[in-house]
Amino acid sequence: MKPSKSTGILGYGVYIPVYRIKGEEIARVWGRSKAAIPIQEKSVPGLDEDSITFAVEASKNAIQRAGINPEEIEAVYVGSESPPYAVKPTATVVAEALGISPRLIAIDMEFACRAGTTAMQSIMGLVASSMIKYGLAIGTDTAQGRPRDELEYTAAAGAAAFIIAPHSSENIAYIEGSYSYVTDTTDFWRRDGEVYPRHAYRFTGEPAYFHHIYEAAVGLMEELGLKSSDFDYAVFHQPNVKFPVRIAKRLGFPMEKIKDGLLSNIIGNTYAASSMIGLAAVLDVAKPGERILMVSFGSGAGSDAFSIVVQDAIEEKRRLAPLVRDYIEKRKYIDYAVYARYRSKIKTR
Amino acid sequence: MGISAPSVPRVWRERIIKYRLLGSKCADCGKISYPPRKACPRCGSTNLVEISLPKRGKVLSYTVIRTPPRGYLKYSPYIIALIELENGARILAQLTDVDPDEVKSGMVVEAVFRRYREQGEDGIIEYGIKFRPPIT
Repeated sequence: MKPSKSTGILGYGVYIPVYRIKGEEIARVWGRSKAAIPIQEKSVPGLDEDSITFAVEASKNAIQRAGINPEEIEAVYVGSESPPYAVKPTATVVAEALGISPRLIAIDMEFACRAGTTAMQSIMGLVASSMIKYGLAIGTDTAQGRPRDELEYTAAAGAAAFIIAPHSSENIAYIEGSYSYVTDTTDFWRRDGEVYPRHAYRFTGEPAYFHHIYEAAVGLMEELGLKSSDFDYAVFHQPNVKFPVRIAKRLGFPMEKIKDGLLSNIIGNTYAASSMIGLAAVLDVAKPGERILMVSFGSGAGSDAFSIVVQDAIEEKRRLAPLVRDYIEKRKYIDYAVYARYRSKIKTR
Repeated sequence: MGISAPSVPRVWRERIIKYRLLGSKCADCGKISYPPRKACPRCGSTNLVEISLPKRGKVLSYTVIRTPPRGYLKYSPYIIALIELENGARILAQLTDVDPDEVKSGMVVEAVFRRYREQGEDGIIEYGIKFRPPIT
């Protein structure tokens, strides 16, 4: 699944909100054993934030790194499972906030945690066909977990944005190809009008997360004639810490190659942004010439795999916007009561 | 219960000004205003141009709102600050991601895109620029 003309990443940016809640604080409320907490802490959106405000900040950072005028962007694709409106696009608000011209292909996309990488892939096609020059692909989510549910420990919030451009030395990386693998697998869902999603417990593992990521990664490597040892880094969707570590091992990647992009223990599962923030964290440290494998996963279910090679321009562009680490270090801890207020779990009337 | 929410057409009309922090500059006396004006509040000139205002500044003074107008109760208490932008222009804006006891006059702040308010459970969501302590 490789376009006839190569594309690259001209700029990237992330956003992680400042608030954090520790896993042990959630466990304290529900009387759960500390030994059973899946991650250390997760990010929480503030009262005046949503997946739109997240998308704007991540995109602003991406545009800053790309060094282009926002008016040069001709497509905005937003992947999210937590849009503030059920009907009314996120992409239009994001575009107008950023000063992007109304002469624009703009659309919201939904495929659980996978929508952001599918946005990247769709923009690659638009750029490779010369239909547009620059396109903005965003993954953004403020995920909700039902109180006491396993997901409450991990459902977090964040965004990542990538500007896809025609192949050029200006790009911080080029994309060698992508590969998608999807099946009808009901591992996690939320019916219309419901606030919280449901999931099929252990069924979310083997037939869902592991099967789709494995097939997408292997499919990509076969099409590009690469093996796992050809990659310097690997980034996988991160619903927790256990799953990405296990799939890395199965695909032949040592811990050393996944640690820089593995952030779920300290920010949680940022859904559509999860693998994309992981990729950004790797771009924050990678050297020119290094090759990165990124594989997303969205329930329902499917995965997109990408092979990305870092270029020289990374060195000068990296510092033009905050790094993933800057957002991770800027944090304020809240207790469960404040968390309940921030996530609108307290009724005041 | 305070003033009622602005109409959908008004929110639409003002969106670009609020989303991108646009002000006006008097071509005669140089006075910068936010929101943009039709006539200069200092010299009365109508020779004004729209400009994009700097996205960083410092807090000159502030107040904590504990009895908010309609639609803002959810965010109470929140902070309104008088901010001097990098070009010397002074504007009033909300601060965010900061508690009232953390705010100090002179603190550096940067612009950030946030929700202003929701017009009820089924109404529109208003967005615009607020300020927060810088990320880096």
